[in-house]
Amino acid sequence: MYQYDKHDQAMVDQRVSQYRDQTRRFLAGELTEEQFRPLRLMNGLYVQIHAPMLRVAIPYGLMSSTQVRKVADVSRRYDKGYVHFTTRTNFQLNWPTLESVPDILAELASVQMHAIQSSGNCIRNTTSDQLAGVNAGEIEDPRPWCEIIRQWSTFHPEFAYLPRKFKIAVIGSEEDRAATRVHDIGLHLVKNHEGEVGFEVLVGGGLGRTPILGQTIRPFLEKKDLLSYLEAILRVYNRLGRRDNKYKARIKITVREHGINHIRELVEAEWVQIREQLLLDDKEIDRVKQYFTEPAYEADASSDDSFETVLAAEPEFARWVKQNVVDHKVAGYKVAYISLKAPDVPPGDVSAEQLDVVADLADEFSLGEVRASHNQNLLLGDVKQSDLYALWLRLQTEGLATANINTMTDMICCPGLDFCGLANATSIPLATEINERFSDLDYLYDLGDIKIKISGCMNGCAHQSVGHIGILGVDKKGEEWYQFTLGGSSEADAAIGQRLGRAIPKDQVVDTVSTLLDVFKENRHEDELFLATVRRIGVDPFKERVYANN
Amino acid sequence: MQIIKDREIVEDNWLHLDDDAELAASNITVSIARWQEQHETLSHYEGGLGLRLTGEDPLEEIVPDLDKFSLIVLNFPAFTDGRCYSFARLLRDRYAYKGEIRAQGDILHDQLFYMTQCGINSFEMANANRLIDAMPAFDDFSESYQTTVLKPEPLYRRR
Repeated sequence: MYQYDKHDQAMVDQRVSQYRDQTRRFLAGELTEEQFRPLRLMNGLYVQIHAPMLRVAIPYGLMSSTQVRKVADVSRRYDKGYVHFTTRTNFQLNWPTLESVPDILAELASVQMHAIQSSGNCIRNTTSDQLAGVNAGEIEDPRPWCEIIRQWSTFHPEFAYLPRKFKIAVIGSEEDRAATRVHDIGLHLVKNHEGEVGFEVLVGGGLGRTPILGQTIRPFLEKKDLLSYLEAILRVYNRLGRRDNKYKARIKITVREHGINHIRELVEAEWVQIREQLLLDDKEIDRVKQYFTEPAYEADASSDDSFETVLAAEPEFARWVKQNVVDHKVAGYKVAYISLKAPDVPPGDVSAEQLDVVADLADEFSLGEVRASHNQNLLLGDVKQSDLYALWLRLQTEGLATANINTMTDMICCPGLDFCGLANATSIPLATEINERFSDLDYLYDLGDIKIKISGCMNGCAHQSVGHIGILGVDKKGEEWYQFTLGGSSEADAAIGQRLGRAIPKDQVVDTVSTLLDVFKENRHEDELFLATVRRIGVDPFKERVYANN
Repeated sequence: MQIIKDREIVEDNWLHLDDDAELAASNITVSIARWQEQHETLSHYEGGLGLRLTGEDPLEEIVPDLDKFSLIVLNFPAFTDGRCYSFARLLRDRYAYKGEIRAQGDILHDQLFYMTQCGINSFEMANANRLIDAMPAFDDFSESYQTTVLKPEPLYRRR
């Protein structure tokens, strides 16, 4: 993975000093709350219901075991000994004090981590595919490009005060595991007719109260032009994006109001002017790529036959492998998901002790690296199949072997009214209730892939609009009600979910999920997946059943 | 009043003229509306002439006139309004404007570094009590990754 040189380290260290002074000025009354707010946000610090919340960037979801240990350490010393992983592969501390944040940032800087631009109206952490570099179908590893974008976007002097937040995601395979179509900019590494690899550039996707899918602004961009093209899009957006209404300030609205063709004309006209200044030379591309070269995989890893033997002998292990382990591009290696969706834990939460174990397991079994996914789980990307059983045994003792990846209990769920100052309704208690009701794993496996996403308000942090089943909390005269949508997806077949009907009271939410599943099972063709059934039969059969009794 | 110009605290010698105010014998700045309306008269003005722009203004329309102005004032109605950062870069990088570019309005210490990188070289800070306290902010960072007005080559060419 990428290692800071003296320049990278100096910038992160200087950022800590700068923020230490900003915090001091705020505490001394030299900065008003209003003046301090954007400054703390650009260092990841929100002020929530109970306490400040600090969001720390994990660039494109990749961490070393050293970094994971530091995260655990920081959460013990400055927080309550657990952290929360987010849908943009960041992690959050829910209970730090405002005064301690400069110290936390200094600790993180010592292991090349930061909270720079993890919030605020600026370019946020660039995200990617959790299977980057290890999946067989990949056109090219997107991570060097993410790092190049990370550096370009960090402290970009022109784009620190954009109309609204700005998120970029990059993928290198046709499957979209990074929700690129709901990002402000989605970048897909693609091959053109001549066999050259470049980027398809999408713009104007986003969720929140106006969910919109991104559109292609350029079908093929040469790699050397990446930064100039991004800069052109950002400059057009910085000048044109609305500043009169924060709900209409995202680039998705700019694109919708002006039309993709007009935006394309503006961007291309701008790009022509700056293209030469920002050419990426091969030297720089190679410099970054050398940090992501393939490790020395053992050539005889696939000659192991112990894996098949244990699979046959240990049904519980086999179940975990079936659900949580995916193929690696190198024979004899596997990718293991560590589910952070245990039934008794809020989705995405993990304790400091568990993180220490994950770091140890990464060192022992997976070349010392840990990955975070958009779905709020962790992964070990390079595990020899002969090590999987030992890995699973250890995960099991730590409560980290929940075999539910991609099942309906692998939910995305925002912190909701329990923690968040914006929420209208709770979401974690619903996740808990769904877990209690649907605890039979065989039932879950039979249902197949179902993505449930629960947000406690319109801001849609859990991406409910693109959930196969989306559940959105709304406030009705002080009571919590929930609006269902069906058929959404954030993957290559991206779509915004359709509304099921009027909102449903809290005590009927889980019954409603159950009813939806009944309708699915009755209409399902053999092993058809939930999303396919919904798309085939439409929302009406679900609607009729759910609202039949009232 | 005092401003910061080229990293020094100096006395300001410009008058920002309202659109209905009479021309005064000094260095004056005018709004883009007044410039476009009184183009002829103002072109022959004897004192120093400056132009005030906000993020709403059509920057490209005044490009042919840039050599008339020794000062361009970019207004920041709120420090969260970042449009004029792009204006500053365009003025320097694309339109080769060599005069003074001044940021005016809601500016805090914390924006000075970025503004300087974008080519702004003077600061009229409405909310700063003590300009001297703002001076260290010019050196918040020793390096930038990007191409900037100060360093036209990106860091990756200098590593």
